[in-house]
Amino acid sequence: MEWLYVLMPIAGVKIFWPGLIILGVGVGIIGGFFGMGGAWMVTPGLNILGFPMAFAIGTDIAHMAGKSLISTMRHGKFGNVDYKLGLIMLVGTVVGFEVGAQMVMWLERLGNVDKVVRYIYLALLAFIAWMVFHDVNKRKAKDRAAIAAGREVDKLATGIDWAKSLHKLKIPPMVTFKVGGFTCSAWLPIAVSFLTGWLAGILGIGGGLIRMPSLIYLVGCPTHVAVGTDLFEVAISGLYGAGTYTYKGRTELVAAVVMLVGAAVGAQVGTVATKYIKGYGIRIVFGIAVVGCMISIILKLMAKWWPAVGAYFDGAATVVILGLVAAMSLYIFFKMVAGAKRELAAKKAKA
Amino acid sequence: MKSRLGKVMLWLWTTILILPSVALAGAAKTAQIVIVADTRKFTGWEAWWTNLYNESHLYFTLLTIILIPAIGLAFGLMADLVMHFIGLDLKSRELAEH
Repeated sequence: MEWLYVLMPIAGVKIFWPGLIILGVGVGIIGGFFGMGGAWMVTPGLNILGFPMAFAIGTDIAHMAGKSLISTMRHGKFGNVDYKLGLIMLVGTVVGFEVGAQMVMWLERLGNVDKVVRYIYLALLAFIAWMVFHDVNKRKAKDRAAIAAGREVDKLATGIDWAKSLHKLKIPPMVTFKVGGFTCSAWLPIAVSFLTGWLAGILGIGGGLIRMPSLIYLVGCPTHVAVGTDLFEVAISGLYGAGTYTYKGRTELVAAVVMLVGAAVGAQVGTVATKYIKGYGIRIVFGIAVVGCMISIILKLMAKWWPAVGAYFDGAATVVILGLVAAMSLYIFFKMVAGAKRELAAKKAKA
Repeated sequence: MKSRLGKVMLWLWTTILILPSVALAGAAKTAQIVIVADTRKFTGWEAWWTNLYNESHLYFTLLTIILIPAIGLAFGLMADLVMHFIGLDLKSRELAEH
């Protein structure tokens, strides 16, 4: 079975290459579906396959840039990418990220910042999960009220309307985002991207997990446009991250390319699935992903609280993450297949 | 009945906590970080690639950030061809928020 293992030229470790492809497929599906890089899923996966942690992060970021490009191409064709919004937000994200990263270094000089960061991350994830499910409940209540009043259900209605209030701030220059379908002050996406970039810099994450809901709830993007635009940003910022990690000598390009083989397929599945799943369907599955991520962080914190049994909690955290990736990938895959079957059958019936 | 349920739960939790770490024990062995790539094990393009890494991180980085989008683009276009072959409409979507 030696042929199933490949020696990585830079990291110097033998890796089970089908594992890389499977990981690529999984994260490609989830990334293409939710519009995020998915570093929180891939890094532990690569570590399990045998990569030292430093190489796992660098390789993950390198593969993330390529994978997000593939997904952006597909989302772009669906009309899900607002390039203007993506470019404006990129400025805020980069500046915010650098400020956040510098802040962490400053905090590190003051003392151990690790625990604080984890607690902030946990609080943020709890807030995002609450926001998503509160939005879903409010939306359902609106639907019920419309049905009870004998009115037609508004297909474009949303539960939380924070973005509408923020759009009322008329601070010049005002910008119209055609793909997103709204006009707002240019300072709104800049401020939101600065905030999400700053948080990502402090937490040491890519930021898709924060940016995607922010695009929906604060900037006011429809879900599909938020997914596509976020991926466009991840592709560019991922390339920047890949550059910095590679310069530090921590990227295994061979592994990233092998993962891209799987991610190319996965990204297509995840992206095409958004064609068949409603905006609120995407939001609900995203909320579940956030809850899974929270559970894994709590397990990691428990590992620090009780060091004697810490290894068990660490292992359980990794399994929770990978189990979540597997379950969600399968769900999205089957939804995509069912949707594609329906579409092909309808086409056949028409012809 | 209650104590039996308690035992089952205890068993379940122990399994959830212990099994993963047993399964993942192998990962802990690979914690060392290689700073210099070992070129002796490779020939051809792999030897060239590892040598490039050892000689210049700058050229290695430049090549990496050119190759990633190029390979991503190539795979994306290939996947496009396959998806078109299936016969799906890949240029529009009708669903909105609802």
